[in-house]
Amino acid sequence: MTTPVVPVTAGTPVDDLPTGGPVLGRISYRIPVIYAVLAAVSLLGLAGTLFRRDGVWGQSTEFQSRYGDQWFTIPNFSVPSLLSIIVLTVLMAGAAVYAYVLTAARRTVPVWLHIVVGLSFVVAFLTWAGAGKTSVIPVTSLLAGALALSVPLIFGAMSGVVCERSGIINIAIEGQLLFGAFAAAVVASLATQPYLGLVAAPIAGALVGALLAWFAVRYHVNQIIIGVVLNTLVLGLTSFFFSTLLADNRETWNARQPLGIIEIPLLSQIPIVGPVLFRQTILVYLMYATVIILQVMLFRSRWGLRTRAVGEHPKAADTVGIHVNKRRVWNSILGGAIAGLGGAFFTIGSGLAFGREMSAGNGFIALAAMILGRWNPTGALVAALLFGFSKNLGNVLGTIGSPMPSQILAMLPYVITIFAVAGLVGRVRAPAAEGVPYTK
Amino acid sequence: MKLELRGITKVFGSLVANDHIDLIVEPGEIHALLGENGAGKSTLMNVLYGLYDPDDGQILLDDEPVTFPGPGDAVRAGIGMVHQHFMLVPVFTVAESVALGYEPAGPAGILDLASARRKVQEISERFGFDVDPDALIEDLPVGVQQRVEIIKALSRDAQILILDEPTAVLTPQETDELIKIMGELKAAGTSIVFITHKLREVRAVADRITVIRRGKVVGEASPESTETELASLMVGRSVNLSVEKSPAEVRDHGLVVSDLTVLNGSTPVVDRVTFEVNGGEILAIAGVQGNGQTELAEVILGIEEAAAGSVSLDGEELLGRTVRQRLRSGLGFVPEDRSTDGVVASFSIAENLVLDLYSTDEFSRGVSLNLDRIAQNAEARTKEFDVRLTHIDDPISTLSGGNAQKVVLAREMSRPLRLLVASQPTRGLDVGSIEFVHKRIVAERDQGTPVIIVSTELDEVLALADRVAVMYRGRIVGIIDAAEAGADGINRDALGLMMAGVPLEDAVQQAAGHRSVLASADAAAEGKDLT
Repeated sequence: MTTPVVPVTAGTPVDDLPTGGPVLGRISYRIPVIYAVLAAVSLLGLAGTLFRRDGVWGQSTEFQSRYGDQWFTIPNFSVPSLLSIIVLTVLMAGAAVYAYVLTAARRTVPVWLHIVVGLSFVVAFLTWAGAGKTSVIPVTSLLAGALALSVPLIFGAMSGVVCERSGIINIAIEGQLLFGAFAAAVVASLATQPYLGLVAAPIAGALVGALLAWFAVRYHVNQIIIGVVLNTLVLGLTSFFFSTLLADNRETWNARQPLGIIEIPLLSQIPIVGPVLFRQTILVYLMYATVIILQVMLFRSRWGLRTRAVGEHPKAADTVGIHVNKRRVWNSILGGAIAGLGGAFFTIGSGLAFGREMSAGNGFIALAAMILGRWNPTGALVAALLFGFSKNLGNVLGTIGSPMPSQILAMLPYVITIFAVAGLVGRVRAPAAEGVPYTK
Repeated sequence: MKLELRGITKVFGSLVANDHIDLIVEPGEIHALLGENGAGKSTLMNVLYGLYDPDDGQILLDDEPVTFPGPGDAVRAGIGMVHQHFMLVPVFTVAESVALGYEPAGPAGILDLASARRKVQEISERFGFDVDPDALIEDLPVGVQQRVEIIKALSRDAQILILDEPTAVLTPQETDELIKIMGELKAAGTSIVFITHKLREVRAVADRITVIRRGKVVGEASPESTETELASLMVGRSVNLSVEKSPAEVRDHGLVVSDLTVLNGSTPVVDRVTFEVNGGEILAIAGVQGNGQTELAEVILGIEEAAAGSVSLDGEELLGRTVRQRLRSGLGFVPEDRSTDGVVASFSIAENLVLDLYSTDEFSRGVSLNLDRIAQNAEARTKEFDVRLTHIDDPISTLSGGNAQKVVLAREMSRPLRLLVASQPTRGLDVGSIEFVHKRIVAERDQGTPVIIVSTELDEVLALADRVAVMYRGRIVGIIDAAEAGADGINRDALGLMMAGVPLEDAVQQAAGHRSVLASADAAAEGKDLT
């Protein structure tokens, strides 16, 4: 062993130079402000309805957790509305103060505090909305619906992660979802076998992914433009077949072929979350597997390392013998397949026939979820779930009759997404070579 | 391993980058490839590394002809390359970077990071590199990143190591360490191809020198040749390496910068910087790339925002004024990246010459440009600054780097100036253009203008500066006055130590007691006593 090469830099290190006090950056009080706003909204909601006849004064709110058959169920329980909301509001205000103290001392606000504040706000909101209603707040079905609405978003976001980590911008998620939904419905209907639909959907999605890769990698077409074009192409194609072939002979071409529910023994008996997570179709279990496998593979496997290298610094990857463009093409096809599988949820996953434009913008929301989740599978999962939950919250409140106008409720998911992106995520770092064609 | 290149030719369009180049590298020798920027050195090495297909010629390893369709094939044959711009992914750890492409992996392709880490440690210890396998690349100083690149090459059993301009980004001390590392690699039997345009380094480390000019081998030289001999071989004519300048005639007006701070997020990139430049003198801001010089220059121009402090020119505060106001009040600015910030590549030469003056009465009337005046201006300026061109209406991208830089200088210096700020004014230029640019800058100073030169090249700093301010991590470590330094001029080693953050007095003291490898080589060449 040789002696280490030590730089000749004895003497005073520069950090100890006698100079004035340090100039520090401005502190960002974003998080305490968000907490305070949530507490204030909660307080205003309370004050606004306190003295009205249908307000929360002296009322109670009933929650229900029963959902299908279970071995044992928690009976419905009610809480005094006013007291609950006050306690939760005080909790949020306290969290805002604590976050302020932490931020002022230049320390980071812990993640659990976000969860506490988020949960408090949601529960306070539900208590307020359900105060004095004859109908109960169906907690479990609220969550189950939220998961259902999230499934295509999660698949779409995973597709985005796989493509964009390798440097291909995938705007075509929308088209891949729609084509997957179409192929699943048609194949399942023709074969009268829903599981064959599960094979057809990823193939259809992969086809769109392959087209994207072909134009982007071979011809260097701007990836955003080609993505939008592919979405339009799929929309046109599926609408055409829907109004001709599928409409003419619905029984053969577009019959409903729902995937069966598979119940996981024991796990599905857990109160509240059991039936939500473990009484699902195979598609949902595939979704769990996809997220977990991607999270592990992306950061722990050879494929993941190479994918990230190609998306961050393709030339560096090339100099160690990695085929940049080949990797991008395959990732684009794989991403397409994942989104296609997600599309199957709209038709065979939900037991519906194919309908025109049935992906309804989910691909773009999935893209937002991926960015919100910082190009990480688990982050994107949480973001997609948040979106699905807020959307279903709007639906449920609409049915139980909340004091809020339905238009406001319909805005809920978008408002929450904007707040989450602007408030909690802030600046994000995309893969450095995203959208840039690679040439030697 | 013995490497032989026979008649390598590579053509890009009408440019012959390599014209029948022959080169033999013996096992265990350090072979320097010397040539100016654009001479074709990097092209040749990219051909050898499998990044370019040669149009003609042959590569032989141990007298066996080989072909490399891609870099992977070259690596398998035992060739390693440290590129001028490092091929490292900033968000990867050292172990991941070294493993990339040759990952040790278990079932399902799951990475065996423990073994990748061990490999880094093993090589790092063998050669005394002191590299942490779990550090993120983007957090490492460039000198350490370079060692990661060398580890990368060695981990693939490279027997021929190509170092492409390895010292361009290093402090003089880091250069010393690199030279030691090269010595150890050589002792271990590795052949090294060392690409550079810096004459001192070549003489200090090379066993043999091959000089390339305009894509052709123009000769071999021994390390004993003098710098002047090497320079004339490299340039093709005799060159005057020093800049002639008279002592500064300092006038009392000028630029005063005090407590200037620039933040990136919450980290200061320019940290309470204070200095002044008087009329008629050149202040050089020296330092390794990325220590706040870019931001300092940009805040003076006004495209970067200052968080605190003041910048005043002849008593007027500049901060808070728009860029155009500053330019109109007599600021000349030569940006460090000519191609992205200095010119608009698709605009014509004439248009580029009025980029900051197009809206003055001289070149426009109402909404329309006065094209005749713009053309006249272009003819006059290009003549004055000796820009070699075909036509003033050709896009500026058709010009060579040296000529494009002359256009930038012509634009910035063709009006009465009260301050000139030039960042890396000669980066990537040939020796002839460097001489010209230096002369123009000295002429501006002799007219009584305060001049700031930002440069990472110590040679340039020493040649031009009346005073040198060294920046390290956003701060000015110290300012050395050339006039006070005496007849020997400013001590190179002291400047080098300051570039690594050692304060002025300590640096001067240490430099007196210690001599860098390069300084020792200089002394040996001049026949001086080494102690």
